Amino acid sequence: MVSTYFLLIWTWTRSAAAYPVSFALMTVLGFLIAAIDVAVILVIFANTTSLAGFSRDEALFLYGASGLAFTICDTFVSNLDRTSQHIKAGTLDTFLIRPVSPWIQLAADRFMATRIGRILQAALVLGYAVAALGIGWDRAWMIPVMVVTGIVIFASLWTIAGAAQFLLTDAPEVVNAFTYGSSQLTQYPLSVYARDLVRGVTYVLPLAFVNWQPGLYVLGRDDPFGTPGFTRFLGPAAALVLALLAALIWRQGVRHYRSTGS
Amino acid sequence: MIELDRAGRSFKVKRNVVHAVRDLSFTVAPGEFVGYLGPNGAGKSTTIKMLCGILTPTSGTVRVAGLDPSRRRTTLARRIGVVFGQRTTLWWDLPLADSFELIRHLYRVERAAFRARLAELTETLDLGPFLRTPVRQLSLGQRMRGDLAAALLHAPEVLVLDEPTIGLDVVSKAGIRDFLARQNAERGTTVLLTTHDLGDIERLCRRVMVIDHGRLAFDGTLPELMATAPEQSSIEDVVTRLYTAGSAP
Ligand SMILES: Nc1ncnc2c1ncn2[C@@H]1O[C@H](COP(=O)(O)OP(=O)(O)OP(=O)(O)O)[C@@H](O)[C@H]1O
Ligand SMILES: [Mg+2]
Repeated sequence: MVSTYFLLIWTWTRSAAAYPVSFALMTVLGFLIAAIDVAVILVIFANTTSLAGFSRDEALFLYGASGLAFTICDTFVSNLDRTSQHIKAGTLDTFLIRPVSPWIQLAADRFMATRIGRILQAALVLGYAVAALGIGWDRAWMIPVMVVTGIVIFASLWTIAGAAQFLLTDAPEVVNAFTYGSSQLTQYPLSVYARDLVRGVTYVLPLAFVNWQPGLYVLGRDDPFGTPGFTRFLGPAAALVLALLAALIWRQGVRHYRSTGS
Repeated sequence: MIELDRAGRSFKVKRNVVHAVRDLSFTVAPGEFVGYLGPNGAGKSTTIKMLCGILTPTSGTVRVAGLDPSRRRTTLARRIGVVFGQRTTLWWDLPLADSFELIRHLYRVERAAFRARLAELTETLDLGPFLRTPVRQLSLGQRMRGDLAAALLHAPEVLVLDEPTIGLDVVSKAGIRDFLARQNAERGTTVLLTTHDLGDIERLCRRVMVIDHGRLAFDGTLPELMATAPEQSSIEDVVTRLYTAGSAP
């Protein structure tokens, strides 16, 4: 499965690398566009020393953590949100006659290596914040756990968004708002939002486990919303439950696939 | 090899329900070469999509090579070859040879077996001149031959073909027919062929099934099919009679 995925993305990369100039340009452009998000955070902190109780470096830490997980998913699985295009074009039939899960084939389809620039950017921000905050190993072990948890959560959301397109073939933009919206939401400390929103985000879509709950642990902070200490460690369990749910929904989506009339 | 038992597939379209296939039962034994005929919209493509697991039947059961296609789709994929005449299963931007190489990986075909098979297919389908050409630059006939080769690289036991001769010139058509006849005779590959070209049927199929409005309207040998009409009728006349009889109220 994994080797098939890498073979497919390698094939796409090779065909894109046939145009080296546009390839390099796209990578740099991706890096720069992503830098705008950081610029916004820096502008906010030019006028204030704290955002909802968080310092600049802490805010950058939370931004980098969610950004790293998100950009990795955006690069490697985001093509799942093009499911409805494949349904309408009839190309999904082609994926379904091959002995490889259509999830793998869709995720790898038209893979764009140029998005790696944005992963790099997020990793740099996270690296800077960890260094600036002087986080020790006793808490830093949570960082890789947090990033993997975030990747699983975002990949599951993308899977659900893709599966929903089997049923709502005509409304792909609506479901895409949901994946990109999730990333926007987790760019800032959740304490800037209203309590009800945070509750929804924590319990319904477990977005709070992408960077907020484990991030509070890494930063050694209490939750301004007063959740008990053990919730900092619930991320992996929440991600697992969401992944299972996503797999189930995906299966149902494929079983309800209607193909096209011609 | 193929077994349908009261299989049906309907589609909800707005408030209506379209029964593309209903109560369809038939069996195809290993090694048979069956023509699958029917007027436009009869349900031929829908049947084929159920056979390869793309569509889940809404009623009844379907079995191919002993497997339920919609539940065991990826397992079945290694044992079935599928060609959609109107749509390529190849990678649009890749040269034919690269597509084949990808297929070798996807189907986990052993390298030596793959090489032998590819050499054989290249020879019989005359693919040599355009193996390095990107698929999108191939002519329809070239692409179709490429698609046939792609469907057969993993040496499937069953081959289902949905209009594989659509839009081909007489020479290409003859080439593909010879090729299919040989696959069936020499390798014992079971073939189910959908076509609107009755020449394909006359040349290739010992058995013919006709479907109309999603139901089986005829199932028998080619001579039996011809016997349903007055003597001296051409196959076109015979089929026209069958198709128009079905659409009468
Ligand atoms: N995805 C779909 N959604 C809605 N209706 C469909 C769908 N696929 C097929 N149908 C309907 O089912 C019926 C059978 O279609 P099908 O494609 O199986 O016909 P066919 O026998 O292959 O016809 P043709 O010879 O024109 O290819 C048609 O009435 C068609 O409109
Ligand atoms: Mg058809």
